[in-house]
Amino acid sequence: MLVIKNLHANVGDKEILKGISLTVNAGEVHAIMGPNGSGKSTLAQVLAGHPGYEVTGGTVEYEGEDLLAMDPEVRAHHGVFLAFQYPIEIPGVSNAYFLRTAYNEVRKANGKEEVDPMDFLDVMTEKLKLVEMDEAMLQRSVNSGFSGGEKKRNEILQMAVLEPKLAILDETDSGLDIDALRIVANGVNKLKRPDSATIVVTHYQRLLEYIVPDFVHVLAGGRIVKSGGKELALELEAKGYDWLLDEPAAVGG
Amino acid sequence: MSTATYRDQFNTLTPEGPAWLAPLRARAMERLEANGFPTTRNEDWHFTNPAPITEGAFEPMRPASGTVTQGDLVPFLVGHAEWPTVVFVNGRYAPTLSRVDALPAGVRVLSLASALHEEPTLLEQHLGKLASVDEQAFAFTALNTAMMRDGAVLHVAKDTTVETPIHLLFVSDAGANGGVSHPRNLVVMERHSRATIIEQYASLGDARYLTNAVTECVLADGATLHHYKLQREGQQAFHVGHIEARQGRDSHYVSFAFSIGAALSRNNIYTMLAGEGCGATLNGLYMLDGDQVCDNQTRIEHAEPNCYSREMYKGILDGTSHGVFNGKVYVRPVAQKTDGKQTNKTLLLSDKARIDTKPQLEIFADDVKCTHGATVGKLDQIATFYMKSRGVNADTTRRLLTYAFAAEVLETIELEPLKEDLEKLTLQRYL
Repeated sequence: MLVIKNLHANVGDKEILKGISLTVNAGEVHAIMGPNGSGKSTLAQVLAGHPGYEVTGGTVEYEGEDLLAMDPEVRAHHGVFLAFQYPIEIPGVSNAYFLRTAYNEVRKANGKEEVDPMDFLDVMTEKLKLVEMDEAMLQRSVNSGFSGGEKKRNEILQMAVLEPKLAILDETDSGLDIDALRIVANGVNKLKRPDSATIVVTHYQRLLEYIVPDFVHVLAGGRIVKSGGKELALELEAKGYDWLLDEPAAVGG
Repeated sequence: MSTATYRDQFNTLTPEGPAWLAPLRARAMERLEANGFPTTRNEDWHFTNPAPITEGAFEPMRPASGTVTQGDLVPFLVGHAEWPTVVFVNGRYAPTLSRVDALPAGVRVLSLASALHEEPTLLEQHLGKLASVDEQAFAFTALNTAMMRDGAVLHVAKDTTVETPIHLLFVSDAGANGGVSHPRNLVVMERHSRATIIEQYASLGDARYLTNAVTECVLADGATLHHYKLQREGQQAFHVGHIEARQGRDSHYVSFAFSIGAALSRNNIYTMLAGEGCGATLNGLYMLDGDQVCDNQTRIEHAEPNCYSREMYKGILDGTSHGVFNGKVYVRPVAQKTDGKQTNKTLLLSDKARIDTKPQLEIFADDVKCTHGATVGKLDQIATFYMKSRGVNADTTRRLLTYAFAAEVLETIELEPLKEDLEKLTLQRYL
């Protein structure tokens, strides 16, 4: 589904990603872990098309197409979804309006008919349950005045509505208490399909108790320095990252 | 246009009204002649050249042709259609289009022309007492005072609450072309009274005319006035509006100025916090396109201690439009414990649009909390990315975020039905 080869990316003149290679297949959950400043959030944002980063080398193939050539909205139409670490507040635009607009744009791009507000409400009723959100949330402005937990849940609600093929969660767990974490993780798990894949970017092993990864990759200094199964996350929790930082970087393949 | 033309017009006015009126007019005319109209050399007109107005050769506006119908007004009946509405066409009171029969006891709404006969004492006490005609910067106020003929007079008796908003609607029809009207309004709020007014200026056609309006608001102790000003003049029209309020102890003046019309407009909103414990809120939203010019001038004068003022003006400028915001806050030496906050934010949708923003705080008391901030920018790149990453196309993203920028200040409108209408007007503009 996703084949990243030797990906390099800059912010201004500073190189953040220094040759990332990663293959994600349908049905898999990959966790990207690493210390602060390792480039893990950058990787997530580059995949979604964040305008603040410049890709300076490498390729990203998504379902056989050049992902990097697509505008962010086209990536979304093709099923790529990024749950933001810091969701943006949009005062004056209701959640319902925003979600319906996004939902219909994605449908339109995929040759499906748009749904009217009444039918959309039916869609929403089911999705809201998934993240244990009240219907009143739909009438509030997007993320405006939301608590940290509400914002993260709202991200998963958007994900539930858009039903992406490739979901990228950028530190969705940071700042969440255990109840909110459980709700968010439960939502993500229920949204998993055999034809979809999930990339979970996280600083802590905690989230991975709820969203169990098939693969764990450790990012440091803009490179993947170690890959392994879910047991690697436990090892990181116990030993921290320092022992990996001294090892020579794994050669990107 | 020099003031001489207006002197000629002034000389043809037939003397009418109570005896004190003629000297008031004459003095204003003299001040106008002595000072002349301002140019950009005048500090208060530094950013906006009033020449298109002062050289416009406007004749006294002809009375309405009488063909304006209720149906024509429908697009401007904001909020609920059943709200009391006082309609003026081409500057003259239009009783057949107005509806002021359902007012509660203690509330009087009259046209200025009739109030001069029916309430001469009230008018003598207040008319021309707040809006200064002495300085060149206020030449248009002087012109209004010299030439005023009609407008709305609202009197709210003490302890009276007017639940329904009162809508003052000034429309210009095709007959307004080449003309000038000088609407003159007076709002007198007695002790502990409460009211909401909407003062709206709109055009039924595409005439080129000048509206030169002055509104004086007197708030006695404990009074609350919510004052919405909607400027929706025609795209070829000119608008100069001066609102001046004076607040007694513990009074609240809440103003919102919504400006989208006119080729060139000037919007002065001044308030004097003349008693302890007052609050003033001056918010506004202006949205311009093409080569429109909109100049917003506010002045909040803290003359007594323990008052607060809040101010948020937002502008959205597209095309080659030019916006001006000049926010004056004066804090007199006695006005200790003043709490003032001013914000001006501008969104530039085009590289050719321009904003001049000037916070002007003059603080002469030492124990005060006064802040101001101004931002000018384009649509936020990260917010744009956020929306696009949900599949929303670039055009819709731009429009929704533009609306979101406006929504922050629209949300401060307490009058819910009006807020919804202005939100709709804004949304339609960008969707």
